Parts: sequence; structure tokens; C-alpha cells
Amino acid sequence: MKDNAESFEGSRYASHVPIERNEEVCIGCNSCVEACMHDVHVPNPKPGKPPLVFHPDDCWCCGCCVMECPLLEEGAITFKWPIESELRWKRKETGELFRVGMANPPAPNTTPPVGGWVILRERKG
Amino acid sequence: MPDSNRRSFLKSVGQRTLAAGVGLGLPSSARPDANDPEGPQNDDSAWPYPIAYDKETEVDVDVVVLGGGVSGCWAAIGAARKGLRVALVEKGNTKRSGSNGSGVDHWQDCAANPASRVSPDELAQDIIDARKGYICGPSRWIKTHEGWDRLQELEQMGMKIRDDDDEFKGAEFRDETTKLLFAFNYQDRTVIRIWGTGLKPALTRECRRLGVKIFDRVMATSLLSENGQPGSRIVGATGVNTRTGEFLVFNAKATILTAASPSRVWQFVDNLGISAHRPPNNSGDGFAMAWKAGAMFTLMEASSLGTQPGVGQGAAGGNSTWYPLSRVDSSGKEIPWFDVNGNLLSTVSERCYPAPGQKRFLGGGRVGASREYRGPAPLSDRQIDEGVKKGTFVLPLYGDLSSMPELERKAIFRLMVAQEGLGWIAYRTLVKAGFDPEKDLPQIYRSHNPPDVRSLPIDMGGLVVDWDMRTNLEGLYAAGEQAYGTWGCAGSSTTGHWAGQRAGEYALRTSKAPVNRQQIENEKRRVYAPVRQTSGTLWKELENGIAKVMQDYCGDVKHEESLKIADKWLTEIDDSELKRLRARTPHELMHALEASNILAVSQLVVSSCMARKASSELLGFHRSDYPAVDPPEWHKFVTVKLEQGQVEVGELPIDYGAPLAHSYAKHS
Repeated sequence: MKDNAESFEGSRYASHVPIERNEEVCIGCNSCVEACMHDVHVPNPKPGKPPLVFHPDDCWCCGCCVMECPLLEEGAITFKWPIESELRWKRKETGELFRVGMANPPAPNTTPPVGGWVILRERKG
Repeated sequence: MPDSNRRSFLKSVGQRTLAAGVGLGLPSSARPDANDPEGPQNDDSAWPYPIAYDKETEVDVDVVVLGGGVSGCWAAIGAARKGLRVALVEKGNTKRSGSNGSGVDHWQDCAANPASRVSPDELAQDIIDARKGYICGPSRWIKTHEGWDRLQELEQMGMKIRDDDDEFKGAEFRDETTKLLFAFNYQDRTVIRIWGTGLKPALTRECRRLGVKIFDRVMATSLLSENGQPGSRIVGATGVNTRTGEFLVFNAKATILTAASPSRVWQFVDNLGISAHRPPNNSGDGFAMAWKAGAMFTLMEASSLGTQPGVGQGAAGGNSTWYPLSRVDSSGKEIPWFDVNGNLLSTVSERCYPAPGQKRFLGGGRVGASREYRGPAPLSDRQIDEGVKKGTFVLPLYGDLSSMPELERKAIFRLMVAQEGLGWIAYRTLVKAGFDPEKDLPQIYRSHNPPDVRSLPIDMGGLVVDWDMRTNLEGLYAAGEQAYGTWGCAGSSTTGHWAGQRAGEYALRTSKAPVNRQQIENEKRRVYAPVRQTSGTLWKELENGIAKVMQDYCGDVKHEESLKIADKWLTEIDDSELKRLRARTPHELMHALEASNILAVSQLVVSSCMARKASSELLGFHRSDYPAVDPPEWHKFVTVKLEQGQVEVGELPIDYGAPLAHSYAKHS
């Protein structure tokens, strides 16, 4: 069994693999596997190893696997749009053109959403 | 849950496992693709879950809910609150599945909120009038009256629904007392901006708290009828596990269908996930099984232009999340906004109020409202196209958040985009890539799909339901998009809860009827046929073929002759390629069954198109053999259902469900 997702049945001939994992950080907890409504990922047969992208064509880029990752900030999982869906923009003052995924991106913007990154609070009562 | 708890629960819901081996001839341990010469050849491709095609589990409950999206969760909650044993069956995972699985940013038609300036009765009636009656009157009444109840419950469950951190203090779209934030129409204040990324986790947690037994990764495949006869009382459903292939039989007093409207009938691209702007598992499973069971549908002839594959919710310009976005062309020239009377609007604020003399506008992505209820809008796509040809505008177009008032910019990007479905990841990906709404112009992507690539409007076709959200079949209820003329997060929540309560009341006063063994055996043969094939058609090939038939003969402009050809070729595919459909894993089996459902839905659509012998602007329905548009004698609901294998056409008056105020009071 290879750990490389590209060697796997579902993704072998896929044009786009929507998720990349950092093997050094991912603990193989499979939270992302269970979060996905389309079974894009499957658990790695080797316990503790990163899950495998098995059905990449089913991914509709909802990002729920990323939301559920306990080591998201540490870089365990990275989401990638297909190139055609990588959003593009223009800087108003300078006219510079940018896109998600470009080789020399501008500095990240660290502003969180209104309300922060909290997804769900405790139940009241 | 721990194994011991699981066992005791299974016992309490009356679950039992039948003897293995029912003549399918399926090896229980073999990999499904082990002998497939075209299949993967090495261990890398091993299916990771245990295969159990020959295992059958029976689940005995009071109420079974089919579809674990927003309406399904609320239906389960409504029934469970009556103390009933409830099973919730979901093809994906309930926590993150359905059209609002990854989030939702606004809660519509919430006229009962304390800051609203319109009564629930009046708003519901205006929505019905705006659609000239082609909508579900009862569900709209339920939605405007009960949306606030459901939203307050979501707040109790832990979802954020108001600006309690005072980030928008002083904004014209904020009510300073309740701290609710409104969208679209700042006069009426009925559409509430919400932090809906937490919606499905909140509902799932609540279902579990109430003891609902959730069956994730189980695709419902058919409805079970009393005595196995279509048209009879519904006594449960069958399902198949999408990881193991295990077969499940649900025997229930009441069944609630809460599956999604099919998102791919005319439209299919190989990269399924980005083919439509809805979850790819919205394949109309509920529509197909209800059609086969003899349930009655209406408005399935309605269609609209399909959307271009790709580019998700983070893209600027979507008319609900990004309303009232300022737009510029590539040279920085502003795209003007106008009110319904064609008057130029000079401020951002004016885009959020009705025109002078206009009673109200209904905003937020609602399909085809009649003119008197139309809201402010930027220059139309058609006019922009003309401008581009003449050189007045230069493509591409951009959103211009930076020129908007600060609190509007913040509400659009940092609240709405971050909370809408597909938005959380879009927000995160954009900001990490350096996008800054104060400096940057996000590109607007324009859709030019061919006219024959249609899509089913999500608030049109569906099952005919009465004031109890009951279908024409005893024991079968429907809510959310599964019901005709019903949609959206608030619409699915309110109708789901309502259907759960009414189905629960029915379950409390009725006794259980047994499932029919022969029907189950027949269904097992149908379900497992694809995994017994060693050669044949794969699901993508089949779906592509169905989509092409629908584009060619049931596209933008319809005609009796072309509809007959559509029917012929769909029947032909049903008799040939469908019989040779092949699946190598339980996941492929799920897709194969989805393709089969899309074929059934296509047949339902073609039958519905044949039944309405008149064109209609509001329904997006153009018949070249009946060119008169919206003739008064066709201002009605045309219904179709299967009766002994034949399509039976009927009709209901356009004010079906009336008198609405009186009926709502009587039924609530």
C-alpha cells in the first residue's frame, strides 16, 4: 500500500485532487473522512497515517473536511480548488492581478470572519 | 457511541439481522472488483470497508425520515419530541450533508420576528401573488408564521443568529433592540443574516440528544407499500449502505420524505462535484422512489437555465449572499443599479428599499417574481452583453466592495460569504491567498450555458402535499424541496418540523402494517444487479446519455413530437443500458442507483411536460405547439402520478390549500 493519493483507484486518473495532507502533521484521526458527505476520502489502511483521496470527482469544494481537522492551523490538511475555480481578483490601486494558488501570492490577510472561526457554541440549557 | 450502548439502542428500536444469504450469489468477503479485468490490478485499490452485500438488517420504528438535510433533521426532531422512536436515514453524513451542509447565510421570510414590519399573513400572501399561485400556499404560510420559532430554537441549540458582539452597531440593517441583522429589504426586515456554518452540526446534535437513531451512509432506495402494491399505504422503506453494501429494511408507521430536488438531470460533467451548484448527491432519490410508489407530483414541467459548472460560492456577484454588491467593469466603470421602474439609483442604501410607491419587493434569489414585487437590480446581463459588444463595458466584471459603506462590505464578505454554503472554505482560502476586501476587486464570473441545458427550479416541482404535508399516499409525508413549491433553509426547517409533528400524530393513532416480503426481494434484485455485472455500462456513461436525451428532446422549447422521442429513448435506455449498469464498489453502486433515479426523474419530467399543453412564462415552460403564454384555462396545477404503470394526469386549482389563513389556524 502506497501512501501517495495519486496511486489510488479513485484519484489515479482524476484531473484534480482537492485535498493535500502533510504526513508529518496529520495523525490519521479520520475526522475529515467522517465529515465528508460524499466519501471523497477513505481511511488509510495503516492506522495513524493520513486518509486517502479515493473519490476526488465527488468533491464539491464544501470544505467540511478542513473545518473538522483538529490540526488545521498546524497545516495537516490543505484545500485546493480545481484551477478553473481558483478565484481571481484585481488590486484596485495598482491594477495587479491575483489568483488563489498563484506562484507568488500577496501577503495573507489574517482577518477572521465576523464572530471568529467558532462554528458552533454550546447548547443553552 | 460505545458498542454496548449501540447494541442496547439497536435492541430498543427493534433492529434485527436476518439470516445471511438470500440468493444473490454475492461472495461476502470478496473485493467487488477482484475479478474485474478492467478494474484496478493491485492492492492499492482495495476497498477499505468490509463488504456486506448479503446482509439484511430490519429496523422497526414509529417514524422513518428519508434524507438527513435541514428538513429531515427538523422532521426527526418534530417526531421525536412526541416521544416516538425515529430513524433518520442519510446517504452522506447528517452533520454535514444536504444543501446547507457546509452552511447558510440568511433566513428568509421570517415575518414573525420582533423587528419585522410586515405580518406573516401579508408576506405569505404577497409571495404567493408574486408567483401567481405557482407555489405551495400551505408551506409558505407555515414558513412566514413559524420561521422565527425555529430560528430561536437554533439559537438555543448553539447557533449564532444575532450581532451580540455589537460589531454592526448603528448599521441601517440592524435592529438595535434584538441585535438582529437584516438583508435585502431593509424596510420589511424579514430576511435575517445568520451564522449558519453551525446549522447542521447543531441540528445533528439535537437529533442525537432527542434519541433519534441516525443511519448515516445509507441511501434510501425504495418505499415499501402495504401488500407491495403501488398506490397503497406506505409502511417503510429500503436502503443500502454506501460503504458496505448492507441492505436495510425500515418498517414504520409513518414515512417522511425529505430528500433534495435533483440537481443534475440535463447537466452532467465528468467532474461531478462541480457540475452543479448543489451537492452532487442531490440526485432526486426521493422523487424517483415516490414516483414508482404512485405518489402525485406537480410543477415538474417547470425549468430554468442551468448554471455553468465550477466556480463556487466565494465568487463575487451571487445575488443573495453578495446583495447589494457594487460592480465595476475592467476599466473601473460602475455598472448602474435601477429600481423596478427603471430609475437610476445613486446610493447603495437605495438598493435595499422598494421603489417610490411600490408596496414591497421580495429579494434574495427568488425565481421569477412578477414585476410588481421585483426589487432593485444592476443592469441586466443582456444589457451588459450589448454594452460589451459596443465597447461600453470591458470584461471581466468585478465586485467593488471597497467603494461600499464599511458595514455593508463587512456584512457581505466577513459575515455572509463566510457563512453561506461553500463559503467558509472560500473565505478562508481567499484571505490566506491575500485577498483583502478593502483593496481588492473580486472577479464576477458570468454564466452562458446553452439554453437546452435546463435545471429544475428548486422551489417548483415536487410532491403534492396537503395541510398536514401528507402526500396522496397514506403514511407518506414530504417536506423541504421534496414538497412542491417549497425551498430554502427556513422553508425546509419549518415544513420539516411541521411534517414531523403531523406524521408523529398519525403514528400515534395508527397501528403498524407489515412490510411485503416479495417487494423486498424484488428490490434487492434491482439494487444489487449492478454489482453482479462483470461488464456493462458505468454510471457516468449512463448519466451523460440521459442528460443528452433531455437536452435534445426536452430542452428550452418543447413540442409533443420531441417529447415523445424523449420518452422513447429514455424507455429504451431503461430497457437496455440500465439493465447492464455495472458497479465495482458500494460507492459506485450508490452512483449507479443515483443514475437510475435520474432516469426515473427524467421520465417524470417528460410526462409532466406532456401533461401541460400550454406555455408559461413563470414556469419557464415553452411549447412551440401551444405558443399562447399563460392562457387562463391553464392557470392551475397539473398533476401526474403512476397508476398501474400508466401516467395519470390530473389537476388542482391554483388556490389549492385555500382558504389559507383559516386552514393554517385550523391545522396549527
